[in-house]
Amino acid sequence: MIETLLLYLFAGSALVAAALMLVLQHPMRVALALVAVMLSLAGVYALLGVHVIAVFQVLIYVGAVMVFIVYAIMLLDVREHSVRRFSAWLVPGIAGLLVFLAIVAHGIWHDLPVPSAAAAGTRFNLNEFSRAFLSDYWLHFELTSVLLVAAIVAALAVLKVGRRPHG
Amino acid sequence: MLIAVAMALFALGLLGVIVRRNMLVMLMCMELMLNGVNLSLVTFAQQMSSAAGAVLVFLVFVVATAEIAIAIPIVLLLVRRKHVMDLGAYADLKG
Repeated sequence: MIETLLLYLFAGSALVAAALMLVLQHPMRVALALVAVMLSLAGVYALLGVHVIAVFQVLIYVGAVMVFIVYAIMLLDVREHSVRRFSAWLVPGIAGLLVFLAIVAHGIWHDLPVPSAAAAGTRFNLNEFSRAFLSDYWLHFELTSVLLVAAIVAALAVLKVGRRPHG
Repeated sequence: MLIAVAMALFALGLLGVIVRRNMLVMLMCMELMLNGVNLSLVTFAQQMSSAAGAVLVFLVFVVATAEIAIAIPIVLLLVRRKHVMDLGAYADLKG
């Protein structure tokens, strides 16, 4: 009972913070709203029983990605001269969003199999998960390491290209 | 219920990318889209009781980190050149 209540609470706070991200002006406040979204989602994951993903959500997203973004915001600290917060796509964007939501909600409503109560009760098994991760999905694991190496090299190359005109 | 929340998060992130002008805010809205996808993956993995969804969530974590690690230096370079965060100022990048 209390778990269901907490689930609704976390999901609602994630939605409210996500909506705040669209209307807040300063990038730092948007970043704090995004941190609130991520922490709420970590709470949702923990309530669903996938504690590993909840921990990694906090560690990787809040701990690494958001700290990086906050540092970038502090480093740039550009005063906004334009008072316009939204682009010219505001009205078409909102109209497209409504159409998109209607279409996807229609699809979800009609095509999704109703989850059985037995399947919803299964708990996440870390042992099984890690065995599947490193035996069945080893190729994907290796591909992500290749992706990370490529990202590091690309970041270094971008910074080196940017430094050249300044001597 | 959680699928609807995931869909709403993805849609809000997409709307943010379309509507906002600040480059860093657009990047953060992309992160919001990835978070919505992660939530739907976890929910489906719980319903189907398979490990594939959780594996895919970890891969999405890695992709999101790599994306931010590339995107932030590019934004830094752009802003260092023009001192504006507004994306409309970079319309001359159009090929």
